Amino acid sequence: MKAAVETLTPLRSKDPFDVWSIRSDFPILNRKVNGKPLVYLDNAATTQKPMCVVDSLRRYYLEDNSNIHRGVHYLSQKATEGYENSRKNLCGFINAQQTQEIIFVRGTTEGINLVANSFVKKRINAGEEILITGMEHHSNIVPWQIVCQETGAILRVAPINDKGEIILEEYEKMLSPKVKFVSLVHISNSLGTVNPVKQMIEMAHAHDIPVLIDGAQTVSHMKLDVQDLNCDFYVFSGHKMFGPTGIGVLYGKSEYLENMSPYQGGGDMIKSVTFEKTIYNDLPYKFEAGTPNIAGATALGAASDYINKIGIDNIYAYEQDLLAYATQALLSVDGLRMIGAAKNKSAVISFMLEDVHPHDIGTIIDSEGVAIRTGHHCTQPVMQRFGIPATARASFAMYNTKDEVDALIRSIEKAKKIFR
Amino acid sequence: MSELKSLYQEIILDHNKNPRNFKKLENANRHAEGYNPLCGDHYNIYLRVEDDIIQEVAFEGAGCAISKASASVMSSLLKGKTKEEAEELGKLFHKLVMGESDPIEELDRIGKLAVFSGVSEFPARVKCASLAWHTLRAALENKEHVVSTEK
Repeated sequence: MKAAVETLTPLRSKDPFDVWSIRSDFPILNRKVNGKPLVYLDNAATTQKPMCVVDSLRRYYLEDNSNIHRGVHYLSQKATEGYENSRKNLCGFINAQQTQEIIFVRGTTEGINLVANSFVKKRINAGEEILITGMEHHSNIVPWQIVCQETGAILRVAPINDKGEIILEEYEKMLSPKVKFVSLVHISNSLGTVNPVKQMIEMAHAHDIPVLIDGAQTVSHMKLDVQDLNCDFYVFSGHKMFGPTGIGVLYGKSEYLENMSPYQGGGDMIKSVTFEKTIYNDLPYKFEAGTPNIAGATALGAASDYINKIGIDNIYAYEQDLLAYATQALLSVDGLRMIGAAKNKSAVISFMLEDVHPHDIGTIIDSEGVAIRTGHHCTQPVMQRFGIPATARASFAMYNTKDEVDALIRSIEKAKKIFR
Repeated sequence: MSELKSLYQEIILDHNKNPRNFKKLENANRHAEGYNPLCGDHYNIYLRVEDDIIQEVAFEGAGCAISKASASVMSSLLKGKTKEEAEELGKLFHKLVMGESDPIEELDRIGKLAVFSGVSEFPARVKCASLAWHTLRAALENKEHVVSTEK
């Protein structure tokens, strides 16, 4: 009896976490795929959208559509209000100090490229170093390689162990005086590893090295407080936190952003333009040239409100419970091997199945309505580290259930049967 | 489910499990390497061509069941064919997996390649099936660079 009580997940918010009520907010979860109920386990690639986000997009285009910032007419003010309110919401969502530290970008990738071009490239010289880890997504590798090609700087990679965890001692050793910038993934999209970024930032700061955190896999799964982390830059994508595609956020400390040159030139990022001289606009507009994704930014605010309503701590607790259940269930499948066994893990499970190639698993379980990702997940160096060409990856969100884990297991058993 | 059965036919599963001509050909005079960066499928194809006729075929590498079975079935069909005949067969195969031809009508010309007709129902898997044939073409032309499905 006592054991049963202990397995109950404690909820930290006053509102009880009701997965079925949450699921009813996501119409797509009711659809069928190949005649079977959709079991969507590809959340690390993108999350589904709740009705409030779809409504926000629809409302913008049906009722408020107008260009922002320059119009004196009613609709322009409404559109501007929606766009800027969203910035305020997101500022609170990640606990930034000032709203001007929230820059709207297309997504994580653009945020990293912005920092690479407007910040790092201007400060780094030939022979100096940029440090990343061995579990980065291609989007946190390639922009730095381009900087290195253009400046003669060197990209260094802090190694990971067989569990898929960063080797902290090695990382700390690599923080030499040559290192001018550190860029780290918060949660690995292929291994699920949650990196001890707060500690890693502290280590870098001890050497006065600024740090960017790639938070693409964090924002819809665990609490984010950029002031507590003390990161210098933090980037994330809206579509991985129940928001639209094509919108994301770059957070940067004002002291850095103010001294950075613009990423792109154009309208809205200027104060005044003559053919002789242009005066750039203040933050955050200096980095938002051209008409932005107004509908997307506004709807991203709705997505952050939605997460706040459910409570990120509730989501974290629920997903950790689901992760434990899924891990146990998958490990009970004969011949299944997991890639990534970090102590601190998010609800992402990469696996291999005996002789069945991940691609074949993906196709077969899709016929049962189960959507997972197969391939290298844009982390080819991780695959090389583990000596594998690809994995099958099930990645969970707050709307997934234990029943869906069971459906995944049944579909994997079917794949095994076909390949017996 | 019936679509899935047509994709993973017994012949395909058998060629995946027991690939034919699965070795490096030591006396090959044509060779090419094929790679699908999206899923990591990776094969080397070796040919011995004499007087424009394919005398021997072998392949080695790793990948999904569809790509491996495709390479295996291909290798079992090419012996004795001219370069033109092999390329013609490659074109027929491409039409088949793209769903642009009727396997029943084409049966005389495609023979056991017909087992891959189910691939056309799975657009994401067409590249898996085609990799070996793309690589074959490169080998026949004796191209030395790696053939990629993504270019």
